[in-house]
Amino acid sequence: MTEPLLDVRNLDLVLSRRGGNVPILQDISFQIMPGETYGLVGESGSGKSVTSLAIMGLLKKPLKVSGGQVVFQGQDLLKLRPRRMRDLRGDRVAMIFQEPMTALNPLSTVGRQIAEMYVLHQGKSWREARRLAIDALDSVKVPNPERRVGNYPHQMSGGLRQRVVIAMALACDPDLLIADEPTTALDVTVQAEVLRLIKELCAARGTAVLFISHDLGVIASICQRVGVMYAGCLVEENDTVALFSNPRHAYTRGLMGALPRLGSRLTHGRQRLVDIDSVIADRSVLTKTRFITPRGAANGESA
Amino acid sequence: MLQFTIRRILQVIPTILVVALLIFVIFSVVPGSFAASLFSDGRTTANPEMIAQLNRELGLDLPLPQRFLNYVMDLAHLDLGTSFRTRQPVLQLINDRMWASLQLAVAAMIFAVVIGVPLGFTAAMRPGSILDSVTMIGAVSGLSMPQFWLGLLLMYLFALQLGWLPSFGYGDGSLRNLILPAITLGVTPLALLARTTRAGVLDVMNADFIRTAHAKGMSESKVVRWHVARNALVLVVTTVGLQFGSMIGQAVVIEKLFAWPGIGSLLVDSVAIRDIPVVQGTILVIVLWFLLINTAVDLIYAAIDPRIKQR
Repeated sequence: MTEPLLDVRNLDLVLSRRGGNVPILQDISFQIMPGETYGLVGESGSGKSVTSLAIMGLLKKPLKVSGGQVVFQGQDLLKLRPRRMRDLRGDRVAMIFQEPMTALNPLSTVGRQIAEMYVLHQGKSWREARRLAIDALDSVKVPNPERRVGNYPHQMSGGLRQRVVIAMALACDPDLLIADEPTTALDVTVQAEVLRLIKELCAARGTAVLFISHDLGVIASICQRVGVMYAGCLVEENDTVALFSNPRHAYTRGLMGALPRLGSRLTHGRQRLVDIDSVIADRSVLTKTRFITPRGAANGESA
Repeated sequence: MLQFTIRRILQVIPTILVVALLIFVIFSVVPGSFAASLFSDGRTTANPEMIAQLNRELGLDLPLPQRFLNYVMDLAHLDLGTSFRTRQPVLQLINDRMWASLQLAVAAMIFAVVIGVPLGFTAAMRPGSILDSVTMIGAVSGLSMPQFWLGLLLMYLFALQLGWLPSFGYGDGSLRNLILPAITLGVTPLALLARTTRAGVLDVMNADFIRTAHAKGMSESKVVRWHVARNALVLVVTTVGLQFGSMIGQAVVIEKLFAWPGIGSLLVDSVAIRDIPVVQGTILVIVLWFLLINTAVDLIYAAIDPRIKQR
């Protein structure tokens, strides 16, 4: 068996404040193999994005990691010096964010923003970096890259901007790409294109992907393995096919029950969408236990 | 861009007309007239015949609309009229005083920018730190302090007690005379700039694209230089522009206090004796100055932010 590329071990994360820490993530463990696409799915507030930020070392106060390891290519990222972590970030581990509208600096050209990657990590000159940026735009299928390289973000559509963000993230051929809801803000047709693009590019370069989404359909179409998060815990993990055909955890079943299906009786108005009752638990009152059971729907208990 | 500039300049014309009209109306309703102030010594009232004759000489006996029309016609020929008191062309009086005012305003603004912007920037880099708290308390104090009072304090300390600097006057136009009035005038914009710079930088620091920059593996200093600075600059330019524009107006008090021979003190003196052509002329210059700065700010905006050019 090969070494995992990323090995998150028992990651705990808290929100520290006066009067005690509030647990945000509890005992998260998962592995991503080189070249694998791993999906993290869960409702809003379940801790998907925070997990990705913890891996990137981009947590902001008052959030902090309180235990566990994030082993990437054999080294624990949490113990790395800030300077080393910085060199790794963008170069070996890159990230795509949700909002393409705001993820780019409005006052600088997209070419310049892509070029920064080559200047930062590969020591290229600006002139050379700009040429590479044109190639990068071409690789994400932006039409007219020579012209587009001088565009400002406001001159581009959301789909194009997200392509720019992807070009930026993949500029240095990272080993791991973290994609945090990369298509959520896009409309459905553009979403499919961008998704296909990520899939193709990462497959071609052998880049592993940590794909975060609340959209089960998207996850199913792109990931080999899936982890389900709920209230700061990883409650279930399996191969995509196995997970979808045989969800084991109550919450996973609840999540799938909430998925509308075309042609089901639901669409003819005879059946209601199952919703997952109760709101996201207030973490400050939770202790370090498994706290999934109270939610009833899929347990067969009436809530 | 050229079209934009031309449009801005044309917009100035109606503004000037409205301002001229306002001044006319105000001076026709406030009590007192030039003739009365000239002939009365405070104890005896002036001879009505002498007042009437002087009014006739100055054209003040004409009906208000007529006078306004004449004024506007002269204005079209760039003639600001003649001072009642000195019988000199207003343009020349203003020209004599304008440069001292500009000198003061520019010096005060340089003082404010050079200290205020870096202060606000460093405060924003470490929000909640001691430096941040001290800066912000200082800024609030600077904003709340009446300028004339601060001027008096500085004068007392540096001129009377320490004897380092002259307490008032233009002197031979050397820097020594400029320091105290410039600092006094510069404190308010300095405080305001420190606050807005801090707020602007903090705002930018929380933007999504700054997170992107960090995710690219950029060092903090590069993030600031490549992405924060330019974005924060927009707010700084706005504040500098607004402050600079209103500065000549604000300088009226300071110029009077330090006996600085600018158009501010010219204005105050002229109002006191109802020398209407000079008052109008100086106010027009102050308004023009304001409009000029505003236009310059708009052009600078367009240079900083590519989104503005498009419109």
